[in-house]
Amino acid sequence: METILTLNNLTKHYGAVRAVNDLSFTIEKGNVYGILGPNGSGKSTTLGMVLNVVNATRGDYHWFDGSDSTHNALKKVGAIIERPNFYPYMTATQNLGLVCQIKGVSKDKIDEKLEVVGLLDRKDSKFRTYSLGMKQRLAIASALLNDPEILILDEPTNGLDPQGIHQIREIIKKIASSGTTILLASHLLDEVEKVCSHVVILRKGVKLYSGRVDAMNASHGFFELKCDDTEKLVAYLKNNPLFGEVKTEGDLVTGFLKNPLSARELNSQLHAQGIVLSYLVQRKESLEEQFLQLTNNLN
Amino acid sequence: MLRLLTIEYYKLKHNKVSRVLILGYFILLSAIALLASIKFNLFGAEFRLADQGIFNFPYIWHFNTYIAAILKFFLAVVIVSMTANEYSNRTLKQNLIDGLSKKEFILSKFITVIVFSAISTLFIFVVSLLLGLSFSDYNELSIIVQDLEYLFAFFLKLVGFFSFCLFLGILIKRSAFAIGFLLFWYFIEGIIQLIMLYFENTHKIEGLRASVVQFLPLESMSNLIEQPFTRLNVIQSAANQLQTDIGFDYAVHWYEVAIVSVWIFIFIYSSFALLKKRDL
Repeated sequence: METILTLNNLTKHYGAVRAVNDLSFTIEKGNVYGILGPNGSGKSTTLGMVLNVVNATRGDYHWFDGSDSTHNALKKVGAIIERPNFYPYMTATQNLGLVCQIKGVSKDKIDEKLEVVGLLDRKDSKFRTYSLGMKQRLAIASALLNDPEILILDEPTNGLDPQGIHQIREIIKKIASSGTTILLASHLLDEVEKVCSHVVILRKGVKLYSGRVDAMNASHGFFELKCDDTEKLVAYLKNNPLFGEVKTEGDLVTGFLKNPLSARELNSQLHAQGIVLSYLVQRKESLEEQFLQLTNNLN
Repeated sequence: MLRLLTIEYYKLKHNKVSRVLILGYFILLSAIALLASIKFNLFGAEFRLADQGIFNFPYIWHFNTYIAAILKFFLAVVIVSMTANEYSNRTLKQNLIDGLSKKEFILSKFITVIVFSAISTLFIFVVSLLLGLSFSDYNELSIIVQDLEYLFAFFLKLVGFFSFCLFLGILIKRSAFAIGFLLFWYFIEGIIQLIMLYFENTHKIEGLRASVVQFLPLESMSNLIEQPFTRLNVIQSAANQLQTDIGFDYAVHWYEVAIVSVWIFIFIYSSFALLKKRDL
């Protein structure tokens, strides 16, 4: 598989503060990665280092096969960081024109990319007249101008209203479905969960986990069940060696699996016991639950 | 090179304030020609500046470059704001992320400084040549090409001054404060002059002030082109009548050129070093 970005023991100290500590991971082509972590966990610093704006204290990184200088490699990358930064006195088209000149690509795609983010009708308005949501969308258009090998997004929905958040997410999903590699830094877990296949979890600058989202937790998930005879159901589950903890909230019974078991299998077993279910859902822990488990384990 | 210049040109082209200032600067440069029409009364006699030999070759090279250099403040504002605004708009960060290297960033600014200075020099050359050809008492080629080193000194003076502005823009990151610091620096150099003068007088060290202050950045730049007024015929003859000799060295010296060149290197290199060291 083609490697896009490799980090080796990347470290950044701000005085006594260790923003990022010995961080190593690789990013492969075609996947959608999330960098997860609470505020101040070193996400933006990490991205700043690989994007050539923050100097690493120790360690190194290289883009693609490492044969090109960082700033040349960045011409094949599209990135937006924290806040959209453009020249306030230029219009959207003019700003994107400048980005084209820096990246050394033709200006033909400006309108096409403005269309993708829905700003085509405002393309001749000055950047300073834009709302935050529009600025953020312009930043995405700018990052897409060179049809990048990888798109890096740092908190793309930060500070936006629900509509803005929805628009940005739709755009990200659209881009992800076209096969572009994406690296998305966020502290919003459902955001990552909805689009990412892989995840790197940071806490206080230290990597807690990196790998597939679905392999993050070894648990086998849990069942949510309802039936007329709740007590009989609970008793059965407690005696079943496949189940661990069993919780009851009102008439909703939640049983956590210790070993794999399919919904179909459970249903037929219960039916054989004379327990008729009115409600059956098999679920895995959400990323949020897994994330909290991971970060809490170290406290 | 050309790519970097086009990038910077693009940034300036779309900025209305820069456009106005640059245009204003060149209009004022050509306005030197208006000096020709100045008439005033001196001791009851009508006195036309153009007839007093200020447009005589080769003196005109000295006079015009000296006067034109005063207008450099217009471009200084443009240079300071085009560097400092990259910080305040945080577009510097975006430029780097888009694939410009820190070296290219400084280089694009420095090339712009050189181009501004070169165009100004060319401009003042053409204006002076035209003025000289219309008003000068001597039009022989051998006289016209005399003292052309003032044009080179003018060019270097502008590059030096603008490099200082560029450095201040990077160092201070806010255009208003950077321009304020520039003015403040004038005072600093003035104070250093006074202190040196004090020691020169109290300790009886001949020429202490001049030998020290010639190394200060702004002073070294202004030393490149000395004031031309006492060189004017009227003044010289007046001085002769009063039996005083204005012993003044007007020439452009190699060591003055060297000092300014070293400052240019220091300013540009420190800008680069600062940018490289900083986290954005």
